[in-house]
Amino acid sequence: MSHVWKPVWVVLAIVGIILGLRFIIVPPDFGIWDRGYMYGWHRHSAELFWKDQFKVKYKGRDYCNNCHPDKVSSILASSHKNIQCEDCHGPAIDHPDNPPKLAIIKDRGLCLRCHAYLPYPTSLRSKIAGWPNPDEHNPGIACVNCHNPHSPDFSKPDLNKEVLKVKDITERYDGN
Amino acid sequence: MEIKRRDFLRVMGAAAAGATVGGLFRTLTPKEARAAVYATNKKRWIFLVDTHKCVGCGMCVRACKLENEVPYNDPVTRTWVERYVILKSGKAIQDTPMGGLNGYTADDPQGQKINSDDIAKAFFVPKLCNQCEKPPCVQVCPVGATFQTADGVVLVDRTWCIGCGYCIMACPYGARFFHPIYHTAEKCTFCYHRISKGLQPACVFACPFGARNIGDKKDPNDPVTKIVLTERVSVLKSEYGTSPQVFYLGLDENVR
Ligand code: HEC
Ligand code: HEC
Ligand code: HEC
Ligand code: HEC
Repeated sequence: MSHVWKPVWVVLAIVGIILGLRFIIVPPDFGIWDRGYMYGWHRHSAELFWKDQFKVKYKGRDYCNNCHPDKVSSILASSHKNIQCEDCHGPAIDHPDNPPKLAIIKDRGLCLRCHAYLPYPTSLRSKIAGWPNPDEHNPGIACVNCHNPHSPDFSKPDLNKEVLKVKDITERYDGN
Repeated sequence: MEIKRRDFLRVMGAAAAGATVGGLFRTLTPKEARAAVYATNKKRWIFLVDTHKCVGCGMCVRACKLENEVPYNDPVTRTWVERYVILKSGKAIQDTPMGGLNGYTADDPQGQKINSDDIAKAFFVPKLCNQCEKPPCVQVCPVGATFQTADGVVLVDRTWCIGCGYCIMACPYGARFFHPIYHTAEKCTFCYHRISKGLQPACVFACPFGARNIGDKKDPNDPVTKIVLTERVSVLKSEYGTSPQVFYLGLDENVR
């Protein structure tokens, strides 16, 4: 009779080895967690990595206001008021510790992201002042040689108001 | 074997006492313990894009890449801005150079010079992961390296991902790619590290025109939720049945 039991022992041994390996390889925090069987399988530490360990780099205007209040107040009084400092200067990360200075971009391309006029009738873009061909507006010279990026205005408050209105619905989250 | 009445009573008494004490000091299953801890977490993150307000400056794409450490000059990105130019002839031209990272600075879709009188309508459409309620990318993952959190965000476990690419194939929106450094699947997280701390996602923060907004579907007073519930919003590719949670105002039939 013993030869009949042999394959059974072999199968049991294989199952045992697989279960043992599974016990070693699968981390203890691997499970279905809150979202259930279909979408929830994961290591909980991966969720915590994205939640807590990943670094926040964009700090927001209130942070800049601690040390560059002149820039903040002048931009808030201008039609650039909706543009975040870090859009033009890059993320603060740990500035002024690291990096000690943020980038100053004098490239015309930075301004032309918005001020190259595009004739797109159904887009807000066509309402921003600019040129269809920017090479006709003082080519080869940095825009900021003549315009102050923190206070660019001539006299166009209209679009400005519209821009403010659309921004309203996000005010709730302006904790940064 | 015969059971004596005395023995029977003794065993039953012990069992009853054991059950009572056990009930008093019952250990919660992990699921119950978590339910108790996370009972206060009643969020469901959603996103609202107003295509009327997008000017195609690409500040969102730039901020996303810098915030989320996606190599800046590689042709991959977690969010991108598409340009649509629809001519009066009915012809639609669409392009997305570098995901719109450097903004749109000339009227040259697909490198073609367009006569502005020929344009019927033209606009920009920001796109990102739809954080679907039924994410197909999660279903196909063979190892449990991608998953959905309780508040509805789909994340990737970089140490667990084996790089098979099934999820990249399964996403109908093309929102996933391989990270050039980690060689694992990569996708938009709604900036989970920021929203969990009460900040806006980097792209929402960077947008000067309010074209991008984040909201909590379970909060009826949330301004974004109010718009989604009361205005005419659309989603992308609803025919796939994935129940996408990024809502759009002003979508056009040419947008896929
Ligand atoms: C804790 C104070 C502090 C905060 C907060 C701060 N900065 Fe600075 N910043 C400095 C100092 C100090 C310098 C170096 C000035 C120098 O060396 O001339 C500097 C330099 C800069 C420069 C370069 C100036 C130059 O002349 O090269 C820029 C641009 C800048 N900061 C932008 C920002 C922005 C945008 C923020 C908000 C995200 C910010 N800073 C927040 C202290 C601060
Ligand atoms: C539209 C893009 C833009 C925005 C928005 C912007 N800056 Fe600047 N910033 C520039 C440019 C361009 C320069 C270089 C100006 C020059 O050299 O004349 C500059 C220069 C600076 C400098 C150093 C030079 C100086 O004039 O002292 C500081 C500090 C600075 N910015 C801080 C800020 C802060 C703080 C904010 C937000 C309140 C901000 N910037 C918003 C584009 C911008
Ligand atoms: C994110 C988009 C954006 C960027 C980038 C930007 N601007 Fe502006 N700018 C605007 C908007 C919006 C207005 C206000 C609307 C208007 O008047 O056209 C404005 C207004 C202006 C005005 C005043 C126009 C007027 O008629 O009053 C000047 C000048 C100007 N910007 C120069 C610059 C310069 C120089 C830079 C680069 C350092 C720059 N802008 C970068 C969006 C932008
Ligand atoms: C040599 C100085 C000079 C340079 C360089 C320059 N501008 Fe101007 N810009 C002016 C003057 C002067 C005006 C007002 C008169 C006019 O419209 O030409 C003006 C007007 C503007 C206006 C308002 C246009 C309108 O229709 O209301 C904007 C916006 C503007 N400039 C942005 C820019 C941008 C963006 C750049 C860089 C690509 C730039 N400027 C480079 C001098 C300059």
